[in-house]
Amino acid sequence: MTFFFQLFVTGLALGMMYALIAIGFVIIFKCSQAFNIAQGQIVMLGAYFGYTFLMPLRLPVWAAIIASIAVGVVMGLVVERLALRPLLGQPALAIVMMTIALAGVMDGIAIMGWGGNYVTYHDVLPELTLKLGAVSVPPSSLLGLIVSVIVVAILMFVFRYTKIGLAMRATAEDEQVTRSLGIKATMVYALVWVVACVVGVVGGVLLGGVSGVSPPLSEIGLKALAVVILGGLDSIGGAILAGIILGILENLAAGYLDPLMPSGGGLAGVFPFIIMLAVLILKPHGLFGLKRIERI
Amino acid sequence: MRLPSGTYAQNYGQDGALVRTKANWAFLAVVIVFVFTIPQWASNSFLALSTVIGITIISAHGLNILTGNCGLVSLGHSGFMMVGGYALAILCAKGGLPFWLALPISGLVAGVVGIIFGLPSLRIKGFYLIMATVAAYFIIHWLVLQFRSLTGATEGLKVPSPDLFGLSLRDRTHYYYFVMVLVILATIVATNILRTRAGRAFVAIRDNDLAAEVMGVNLFSYKLQAFFIGNVFAGIAGGLSVQYYMYANVEQFPFFDSVWLLGMLIVGGMGSVSGAIYGAIAIKLLQQLATKIGPSLADLVNPQAAVGLGLILPSLAIILFLIFAPRGISHIWERLRNYYQAWPF
Repeated sequence: MTFFFQLFVTGLALGMMYALIAIGFVIIFKCSQAFNIAQGQIVMLGAYFGYTFLMPLRLPVWAAIIASIAVGVVMGLVVERLALRPLLGQPALAIVMMTIALAGVMDGIAIMGWGGNYVTYHDVLPELTLKLGAVSVPPSSLLGLIVSVIVVAILMFVFRYTKIGLAMRATAEDEQVTRSLGIKATMVYALVWVVACVVGVVGGVLLGGVSGVSPPLSEIGLKALAVVILGGLDSIGGAILAGIILGILENLAAGYLDPLMPSGGGLAGVFPFIIMLAVLILKPHGLFGLKRIERI
Repeated sequence: MRLPSGTYAQNYGQDGALVRTKANWAFLAVVIVFVFTIPQWASNSFLALSTVIGITIISAHGLNILTGNCGLVSLGHSGFMMVGGYALAILCAKGGLPFWLALPISGLVAGVVGIIFGLPSLRIKGFYLIMATVAAYFIIHWLVLQFRSLTGATEGLKVPSPDLFGLSLRDRTHYYYFVMVLVILATIVATNILRTRAGRAFVAIRDNDLAAEVMGVNLFSYKLQAFFIGNVFAGIAGGLSVQYYMYANVEQFPFFDSVWLLGMLIVGGMGSVSGAIYGAIAIKLLQQLATKIGPSLADLVNPQAAVGLGLILPSLAIILFLIFAPRGISHIWERLRNYYQAWPF
C-alpha cells in the first residue's frame, strides 16, 4: 500500500507540473484562440533563468523572483509583438506553426546559452517537505500546488471582477465585435501573452529549484498538451484537474504495468499520449471544454 | 498553372501535358542534367547531403498531399517514416526479401498504419488532429522500442546491402542515382494525384470540409485516402533512409523531423508540388550550414553550439516565411516569373 501511495504522491507532483504548463496554454487559447505549443519551452527557459539569477549572480530569492517576472514580461511582449501580431487573422495552422517554430528557437537558445546541461539549484529555495505517515510528499508537488492555486485565484478574480478581465472574455468571444466597441484587442493579446509567460517563467524557476532543469523539461510541454486536451482547451480548472489525473495515472501505469511489459516498459513516456488519443476519439472537447458549433 | 501568352492547346494531349512551353523544357533539362552530374564533380559529403535531400523531398511530397492539399495537418510524419523504415529493415533482414519488393511493401505498411491513425480525423480537425498525430508519433516510437525481438529496440537493426536485379546499390553513387529516379517518379505521381478526382476532393476538403461534404464529397473515404497516400510517400522515404544507412534505429527519425517537414512546406509553399522540393532543399541546406559554422562558434559560446544553431536557423526561417512570405518560395518564384514574362509592363 505504501508503494501505491508513493506512486500516487509523486504522480501528484508530476501532475502539478503538467498543470502549471497547461494553465499558460489555456490562458492564451481562451483569449486569443491561439495554440501555444511553446509553453513547455517557456517553463524551461524560466528554470534556466532562475539558475542564472540564483547561482552565478547570487541574487536573494525575492529578487530572483522579481527578476524572473521581469523576464517573463519582456519575453511575452517580444514574442507577441514580433511573432504573433503579424499573424492576426491568419489561419490557425500558421499560428500553430509559429509557436512550434518558437519552441525550436527557445530550445536552441537554451542549448546555446546554457549548453543544454542539466543544472540544479537545490538548497537555495526554502525547503518544503511534508510527511504523511510513511509517505513523504515531494516539495515539487507542494510548490506546484501553491503556485497553481495562487495563479488560478488571481486569474479567476481578474476574469470575473475587473474591467480588463471583461475585455479578455469579450475578445475571446468575438474579436471583431470587441474591436468595434473600442476595446483594444491587440492590447488584450499582448497582456495575455505576458501573463502566460510570467506564469511559465515563475513556475519554471520554482520547479527548477526542486527538480533541476535540462532540455527534456521542454518535452514535458508536449505531454502537458495531453493534459490540456483532457481538461478542455479553454478551462483553467479543467487543466489543473486533468493535470493531477494524468500525472497520477501515468505514475501508476509506470509503477504497476511496466514490470509486465516484455522489454523494459517505458510506459510513462507514452501513457499521456495514449490517453490523449482516447480522449480525442471519444470526447474531443475534453472534460470541461466548450463545444463550438461550426457553420459554413 | 499560369501560361505565357501565345501558348495554345490544340488537342487534349497538349491541354493535359505537364510541361507546356519550351522554356519549361529547357529549365527542366538543366535541372535534370545538373542533378545527374552531381556525382561527377561533387565531394562525398555533398553527395551524401544530396541523397538525404532527395529522400526528404519524397517524404515532403507525401506531407504536401496530406497537409498542403487536404488540410489535415500531421506532426507525426516522422513516425510514419519510422514505420516504413522498420518495415523495410524487418522484411530485408529477417524476411530475406529483395530490396525492390521490400521498398513498395514498406510504403504500403506505412500507408495502412497511416489509415489507422487517420481514423480520428473523421471526428476531429485542426489543433485536435495535430495532437492526435503527435500522439501517433510517440505511440509508434514506443511500440518500436517494445518489440525487441522484431526491431532490436535501442540497438537497432542491421540491414543487408541493397541490390536491384543484380545491380548492387552498395556504391553511394549508384544509390544516389536510384534515389533521384525515385524523386522524379514521386514528383510526377504527386503532381498527377492532385489533378485527379481525388486531388480535387482533397482541395475541397481543405478549403471547407463541411461545404465539401454537402457538395457530395465523401469525407470518410477521401480523408483516409489522403492519409494513405501521404504516408505511402513517408514509408518509402523512411525505407530509403534506412537502406541508405543500412541500419534502422529510432534515433534516425526524431520527433523534430516532423516539425521540419511541416516547416519545409511553409518555406516552400503550402500545397504546391514544386514548393515541397524548394522547401526541402532550403531547410536541409540551413541545417547543413548550422553543422558547418556551429563548430567555429563552439569556442565562442559552448560546445553544443552546433546543436542549438541547428534548431534556431530553420526555426527562424519558418518564422520569417510565416510573417513575410506565407505562400513560400514557390509563390515568390511565380511572381518573379510573371514579372519578367509581363515585362516591360
